[in-house]
Amino acid sequence: MRGRTSGYVPTWLPPIAVVGALLVLMPLIAMATRVDWANVGSLVTSPSAVAALALSLRTSVAATALCVLLGVPMAVVLARVEFPLKALARTLVLVPLVLPPVVGGLALLYAFGRRGLLGGTLNLLGLDIAFSTTAVVLAQTFVALPFMVLTLESALRAQGSTYEAVASTLGARRGYTFRHVTLPLMWPALVAGTVLCFARALGEFGATITFAGSLEGVTRTVPLEIYLQREVDPDAAVALSLLLIVVALVIVGFAYRHPGSRRVK
Amino acid sequence: MTHMRRARGRAAVLSMLAIALLLAGCTANGDAARSPATASAAGTDLNGTVTVFAAASLTDTFTQIADAFEAEHPGVTVALSFGGSSDLATQIVEGAPADVFASANEAQMEVVTDAELAGAPVTFATNVLTVAVPADNPALVTSFADLGNVAVTTVVCAPQVPCGAATRKLENDLGVDIPAVSEENNVTDVLGKVRSGQADAGVVYVTDIARAGGDLAAVPIVGADAAINACPIAPLTDAHNPTAATAFVSYVTGTKGQAVLADAGFGTP
Repeated sequence: MRGRTSGYVPTWLPPIAVVGALLVLMPLIAMATRVDWANVGSLVTSPSAVAALALSLRTSVAATALCVLLGVPMAVVLARVEFPLKALARTLVLVPLVLPPVVGGLALLYAFGRRGLLGGTLNLLGLDIAFSTTAVVLAQTFVALPFMVLTLESALRAQGSTYEAVASTLGARRGYTFRHVTLPLMWPALVAGTVLCFARALGEFGATITFAGSLEGVTRTVPLEIYLQREVDPDAAVALSLLLIVVALVIVGFAYRHPGSRRVK
Repeated sequence: MTHMRRARGRAAVLSMLAIALLLAGCTANGDAARSPATASAAGTDLNGTVTVFAAASLTDTFTQIADAFEAEHPGVTVALSFGGSSDLATQIVEGAPADVFASANEAQMEVVTDAELAGAPVTFATNVLTVAVPADNPALVTSFADLGNVAVTTVVCAPQVPCGAATRKLENDLGVDIPAVSEENNVTDVLGKVRSGQADAGVVYVTDIARAGGDLAAVPIVGADAAINACPIAPLTDAHNPTAATAFVSYVTGTKGQAVLADAGFGTP
């Protein structure tokens, strides 16, 4: 408990950290005790499990890419551009974090559903996303995006805009400054945000089942498959949960082992 | 140096102790809250609290039945907990403090009886399937056979859950192959898709249409009796209030309970 670098840490703090860690670990340990270890292999390689895992990986990667594509500009604008009602905008971006995912799914249905606000427009464009894999990606992006914006924006604000100001006084154009100063500065936060988005997308359940439905290979991701298997085969549900945890741990561990902390030269 | 280290160690032990006490406090409170119900079981007249775990599809009927039961037995409070039958069965097996379990199907009751946590279950109601469509019926569905058409966006329950198993049986018996766009976990999710107009049709229980209000219309299935779903109820063996639990089960299967269920569209066992 008394680590080598604990000189600045009050003595009462580590025990509380241990209790916190137990709160997280106990359910995981308890779940491990319910795993039917002898049959885990066959349970997670059943055709429906494989279909769910492939779909989950595909959709989570797509949703994470969308989060980077949309989240970076949103964070930069929130951190570096002054505009009216900015405080309100920042609050609204975070709404999907507090919204129960099922409510998020309903909101998506009201916006993009066949009878939703944009349903008619989408129909005219020949886009029918009802019960499609696109709907899954949309749901995952909706719930994961705030993690990207929040992570990047707080990192950018903590750093301040001194480096950008210097680049600008040295005659650098905006695009050049963004690519060579702002982006490298936010790199570690971008990696962290990407990992968080992927993890959130992988675990997404409520918005998906409400907005996209559940069909093998099309919309039934691993969390939905777990929810369904639980009805008939709790062993399969537990084995799949274990697989989801392992996949998440491997990805998160890999991302944090290569933080890519590039510095401004 | 040694003194310093000991002081640190003591602080650590103290904070651990404080947390342990906090946690212990929670447990003690929980026990205290439960004891009146345990004590009441010994009494001759009905009193205390009877906790009923009932399937979500029974929300309206069981709320009515509980009110009537409480009116007849002023000493008793019925605490209702509604949820998916499989959620409730899991909770009971994992030690949730319930007195009565009313399941929407026999499979989930079996989970509880297999764990030897319930007495002999009795069927208190039956239910048959119907086709639910949005009130304006955009795909002009007029029969169960219409759902075989790919142009009709149809949502069903997954075959793994009771409503889906019943749907599958009807498909086989009536010779209709439904190309469903989604296989949901429960009737509520099917209803949600149809009510929002996202789907043109869904296969649900007759009683669900009444629950959904005016947003939905029903297209009756000719031959629906081929797949009848039975709802069982049983007092639990670990009940804190076994007398009131048995009385509540008798009330549900008795004339008054049956009248409420019949009004809601349930069939008699």
